[in-house]
Amino acid sequence: MDQATTPFEFYAVSYLTRIGNQSAETIAELLQGLEQCSDASIFHHTFQTLGAHHFLTENLSSDVAQWAMADANRNDLAELLASLDIRDYVSIAALRQDLCRIVGDFCAASPELAGQTALERFYFCEGVEVTVPLGQQATTLDEFRDGIEVLSHAGFYFHFISSRLRSQLQTNDFSYWLAGALDLKTLADSVNRIDIYTNTLEGTRARILRLIDRERRKP
Amino acid sequence: MTNHAVSTRIPLDEYAALLGEGEIEVLRALAKPLRGRRVEMINSTAVGGGVAEILTRLLPLADELELDIRWDVMTGGEDFFEVTKSFHNALHGAPYHATARDFEIYLAYNERNISRLPLDSEFVVIHDPQPAALIEARQRNHNYWAWRCHIDLSHPNQAVWDFLAPFVAKYDGSMFSSPEFARQLPIPQYLFYPAIDPLSDKNRELSADFIDGVLERYKIDPQRPILTQISRFDRLKDPVGVIRAYRIVKRYFDCQLVLAGGGAPDDPEGAIVLKEVLREAESDSDIKVLDLPPFAPLEVNALQRASTIVIQKSLREGFGLTVSEALWKKKPVVASAVGGIPSQVIHKQTGLLAHSVEGAAYQIRFLLSHPDIAAKLGEAGHQHVKENFLITQKLKRYLTMFLAFSNSK
Repeated sequence: MDQATTPFEFYAVSYLTRIGNQSAETIAELLQGLEQCSDASIFHHTFQTLGAHHFLTENLSSDVAQWAMADANRNDLAELLASLDIRDYVSIAALRQDLCRIVGDFCAASPELAGQTALERFYFCEGVEVTVPLGQQATTLDEFRDGIEVLSHAGFYFHFISSRLRSQLQTNDFSYWLAGALDLKTLADSVNRIDIYTNTLEGTRARILRLIDRERRKP
Repeated sequence: MTNHAVSTRIPLDEYAALLGEGEIEVLRALAKPLRGRRVEMINSTAVGGGVAEILTRLLPLADELELDIRWDVMTGGEDFFEVTKSFHNALHGAPYHATARDFEIYLAYNERNISRLPLDSEFVVIHDPQPAALIEARQRNHNYWAWRCHIDLSHPNQAVWDFLAPFVAKYDGSMFSSPEFARQLPIPQYLFYPAIDPLSDKNRELSADFIDGVLERYKIDPQRPILTQISRFDRLKDPVGVIRAYRIVKRYFDCQLVLAGGGAPDDPEGAIVLKEVLREAESDSDIKVLDLPPFAPLEVNALQRASTIVIQKSLREGFGLTVSEALWKKKPVVASAVGGIPSQVIHKQTGLLAHSVEGAAYQIRFLLSHPDIAAKLGEAGHQHVKENFLITQKLKRYLTMFLAFSNSK
């Protein structure tokens, strides 16, 4: 079994949700909030939401989309917002730009609907991230598999999804290490292609483990 | 570890069987930099109510992670608890005319407690309005203080809030159960969900024999649908509204209603509300009004597990932990869209929300007619609680906040 010179370091991650001072009662106010809120707020309502509700596959791709559907009663807007795939983004600025474009287009096309009061307010929050090393490293594919198998949901999400923002790359920590440290580019690509929107997080983890097992069985 | 009795210690490893080893390893990793550092939790009652229940379970877990943690309960006379109960209701939005004498009583008891409590730990966490003024004892830059508000502050009585807000503004951070409850404050406000302990007597698995025994004791028929609301006898929990919803459902289904709750030492109003409920329930033998002792976890557990549907029809709610308890047991829940309840009941995903007596009755009828949907909601609700509302998640949030405080300076 090949041994990497650079080990994979598994991290524990935890988030505090900080409640902001902004809220929106209409879609027009939502647009204003999206334009003005912090990057941490955009991250919280998109990346973090998807991680927190990983066991639901039919709902909650982002807080903004969920609010548009459940509280503002605009399924058409919700559908467009939910279709944004966070894996396409390596910066919060780009994600914010697309969120604002979709909501802005709606407001321009239907100003009377954009001013209607929603059932409940949308409260802008922020994620305060704290990370600490788990004290577990991998230098071989076997150790890497063992680490992924017992990684917490939040840790898995941190390495697999939100890592794109840190690395500013269209990849994740797992694929980056597999390709760079173990030279397993095909496996790295397969892992990166898993559709997180139609799988639960546990389902995604199981698929990664199966891909690794297949690689380990190769002569 | 503490000055106050806490429940039998359950090792963290036992939670791993329910949550996975990875989740427990995260707790150990987060706690490592906090080992040996002192934490003091302060509230106003040692038994009864959600806060005491959470602290009872939280402390042994924090202790196992080697935090030097203690729990102190502030003392007060009947006059103090009458004032703070009025404050509590007023902060929830109930009408109340606060007098100067009320504020004097409040401050006098806080001052007395300042002289009897240590208040010198690195992290001091104050729960709810009763001990909020203890912050006056703080020595500048000596330690971190956080105020945990468990009640719904979305429509507070302005006079009471104006009195309390200057104290709250002196803390390093505040914690609320829902973004809706947060106020305009100059300090950080964090979202902190309350939590249940899956291994406590209130939530652990029970034998069928035990559950049957509880039903028999209270003359509840296991063969017919059982609708249950577990909560203190408190007007804000709307027990009379629950009876009215049940009467609508009863036209269509031969069901029973269980209203079970107990009082807490800081809730002198409970006996009055109980009488109102008994009066409303009179003459219907299918309504069981059970005045349980303040600490009756196994009975509550059995009643929830035996229920067909669990109701939480609160008019105002801090969080409503009974909802998480029911969801953990995979029970379909019909609850009011107030306070922290929508965080637990995602409408049509993990339960059903209602906005009125008639709405609650309709949702109950819907679930009684569609047991397959009821089961699916219960299953998703269980997962939702597992991810967000268990005591281990709560502990993780505290560890994260302490680390965030430490990292901030």
